Amino acid sequence: MLNFHKEHKNLVLTAGGVFIALSILIAIVPAFQMQGTEPIPDEKPLTAEEREGLHVYVSENCMACHTQQVRNIEMDNVWGSRPSIPSDYFYSKKRMDVWRQSPSVLGSERTGPDLTNIGIRQPSEDWHLLHLYNPRAVVSASVMPSYPWLFREVDSASLKKYDKVVAVPKELFNKPGKKIVASYDALRLVDYLKYLKQTELPGGNVNDFIPALKKIQAERSESQQAGGLDGAKLYSQVCAACHQDGGKGIVGAFPSLVGSAIVNNADAEKLIRVVIQGYDARTDYGVMPPFGDQLTDEEIAAILTHERSSWGNDAAPVTADDVAKVRQYVEMELNK
Amino acid sequence: MKKGKIFILLFSVILPNILNAQEKINTDNWLSSPGIIGTFVLIAIVMIIAIVILFVKLNGYIDSMKRRQINSQKLAFDDELIALDDADIDAILEKRKAALKYKLGGNELSGHALASDDKGLIQRIENDPNNAYFDEKKKTSLSLETPLELKKIIIYYIGAAILWLVLGTLIGQYLGMKFVWPEMDHQSWLSFGRLRPVHTNMVFWGWSSLAMIGLGYFVIARTSNTKIYNYTWAWTAWGLINTTIVLGSLSLMAGINNGGGEYREYIWPIMLLFAIGLVMTFINFYKTVATRKISEIYISNWFILASLIWTIVLAIIGYLPFYQDGLGETVIQGYYMHQGVGMWFMTFTLGLVYYYLPSALNKPIYSYSLGVLAFWTQMLFYTMIGTHHFVFSPLPWWLQTIAIVFSAGMVIPVVAGSTNFLMTMKGSWNHISKSYVLPFFLVGTVFYFVGSMQGSVQAFRFTNFVWHFTDFNVAHSHMTMYGIIAFFLWACIYAILPKLTGREPSQVLVGGHFWLAFIGLFAYMISLMAGGTYKGLSWIEGNAFIESVILMKPYWVWRAVGGSLMFVSHLIFAYNFYYMVKGYANMKPSVSAKKIEEITV
Repeated sequence: MLNFHKEHKNLVLTAGGVFIALSILIAIVPAFQMQGTEPIPDEKPLTAEEREGLHVYVSENCMACHTQQVRNIEMDNVWGSRPSIPSDYFYSKKRMDVWRQSPSVLGSERTGPDLTNIGIRQPSEDWHLLHLYNPRAVVSASVMPSYPWLFREVDSASLKKYDKVVAVPKELFNKPGKKIVASYDALRLVDYLKYLKQTELPGGNVNDFIPALKKIQAERSESQQAGGLDGAKLYSQVCAACHQDGGKGIVGAFPSLVGSAIVNNADAEKLIRVVIQGYDARTDYGVMPPFGDQLTDEEIAAILTHERSSWGNDAAPVTADDVAKVRQYVEMELNK
Repeated sequence: MKKGKIFILLFSVILPNILNAQEKINTDNWLSSPGIIGTFVLIAIVMIIAIVILFVKLNGYIDSMKRRQINSQKLAFDDELIALDDADIDAILEKRKAALKYKLGGNELSGHALASDDKGLIQRIENDPNNAYFDEKKKTSLSLETPLELKKIIIYYIGAAILWLVLGTLIGQYLGMKFVWPEMDHQSWLSFGRLRPVHTNMVFWGWSSLAMIGLGYFVIARTSNTKIYNYTWAWTAWGLINTTIVLGSLSLMAGINNGGGEYREYIWPIMLLFAIGLVMTFINFYKTVATRKISEIYISNWFILASLIWTIVLAIIGYLPFYQDGLGETVIQGYYMHQGVGMWFMTFTLGLVYYYLPSALNKPIYSYSLGVLAFWTQMLFYTMIGTHHFVFSPLPWWLQTIAIVFSAGMVIPVVAGSTNFLMTMKGSWNHISKSYVLPFFLVGTVFYFVGSMQGSVQAFRFTNFVWHFTDFNVAHSHMTMYGIIAFFLWACIYAILPKLTGREPSQVLVGGHFWLAFIGLFAYMISLMAGGTYKGLSWIEGNAFIESVILMKPYWVWRAVGGSLMFVSHLIFAYNFYYMVKGYANMKPSVSAKKIEEITV
């Protein structure tokens, strides 16, 4: 019989042996199993640039505050259209190099938003660059650190053609004859962030979230029955990141919607077009990405109605039919 | 009376209506018919009123009887006074005057004999106490003769640990302030993402680990009744571990991060130094226990040896690359970060408590077998629960379920351990108010129970639903790593250092350390728990994410306040340590003790 009280060798061997056996069972075997997953057919591998961006992401330890996992519970539905599955991580979670292991992008803390779908939610490069330069320039209540070391201060005269100038508002940076230019690392990091999109599963995403509290679900189905979407809420989720909560935008980066001729035009066609197709007609502002694929006709109508009736704007509401019509025109033009 | 009348009025108006509303009349359940019930109620009201009136009247009658009796007694007393002699009155007054003037002489209890301690019972006489305003705590009565080499090792391990504690919590405090003022600095080396792992790794591998190993050296030598196998190795390990933290912190600040997995942020060449340090420590401890001069292996050594071997296995599994692509890394991450806490810090510290708590109380541990039970269940249950950090994640559902079930099973080792400590303290509660060491043990034990059980409960799916990803996690990890580990380590350090060096720290400063750390931890914990809960609820409600950031702001301020108190307490602790070890090599033990080989524990 093993006498642990008197035989140190048996004690240490038993404690070590059982622990190793349990560890193999609970960690190593499942780890090998999880490693065997394959990518989703449509999943895109990271390009060399995007992978460099992932390395910057790890260096700055972004996973201290940002997760990349959509859990299978209702409240995580805002971060992705389906729960994350092991295959989602096939390309991003690979050993980085001899020195560094596969990055722990899943994270454990959501001090900032989940980034699983940030490439869809926020496709604008200008927004990302300004946000990295100073998050409070675009989200006033943000507590994220600024990353000025990912940017350079350059003389306007010596600007190179390929330099990416960041439109920083005057309150934050005001030196005559100087511009803020994104560094190589900043551009790669934004490449990576724009890469982060949930791949649609073959046959379409199945929404299999575990329902949240009954109350919310009831509310949701009620509002769906009534046909009323909350334009203000949608605006704050989709548009406010750039155009800000009060619709005032940011001078030099994102145009104001307050009193805007396009927003207040009696004929809303142009406005709907901008949302569906995106907009890049003005050099003094950043590029507006297209939202046609991301939002339904009803959602666009609700958002635009909100914009046209808020902050002193006063124009007729937009209906889902109006949006559907414009969408048809756009598709016809594309087909030509 | 008025209310009763209103009731009657109401019923007399409503009742007919109720009766009229009755359409079919039958006698099947007559008792429950409104009319009958109404009638009962009405009669009952009258009866209650009658009873109330009866009681009021009866009371009045009894009062008047009493009053009459008192009046007659007063009259009799007056008559008696008037009938007294003048001389009698004077005598009574003189007696009272003497009583009022009486003062104690100061020797009522001792008598007039001279004080002498014929039987040698008095150990210490304090004519000039440290402070007049605080309760004087008991001094360490025993001084241990310990080889100078061992003393030096213990003091240097603890000293380095304290350096990392002060620096690590200074960084933690700085990080906490960044939540309130995100624009505090614009240096890449000091940015939140890079500095956070510097803080966690520094207090883990620097403070807690070095302090544990230092205290472990004493336990191993003492309970084996022999000398440490190899002093040089102890110094090499000390150097390796400290080098790990210096290099690791610098590389993290420079942006060299292993992959962002918590507590695995040091890249492998740096962590390898730590692992070599652990292996050397293990061999050193093992050989010492192997050459012990008593046949039994004391329970502390079970915990200490096992925690070393488990952590070495853990570090190897955590860093080997073969199974870490894709979510394989995530499985290992859950396993590694939880076992890092459970198999290393918790197990080792429990081993220390099994020695230092009974020794501070000068009595044996309550139940040796309960300690053995706690040991094996610690190994069995703790190993299985890593994945509870990834509930609802894409990891397999069965793995999550095992983790949750075994988290609940953690009740067994935790209850066994905390019961054992509390029962050891039982019967010595009065020592707690007289000692500056025991309050640290008590707080550690209470947090051991509360913090561990809270962690188990947090693994359940519903609580995870609300709390996961929120600041509640941060509160939990401070409740355990600080409330349990740091408090136990302080208890052990205050228990042993004065015995080694013969110098006791000022009791006011130990008290200051204790209360600032305790109150600071509470402010820290409560604010983040409350804020974390509101944050989770806000997410469930489906509010915009930024609202959960805005609602956290006041709680982050309170966290920073709590953190400041904790940091100040560490500065006091560092001073106390300095005071205890200043010139320790020249100190002579106050009581001449036997040689270490002759002492059995």
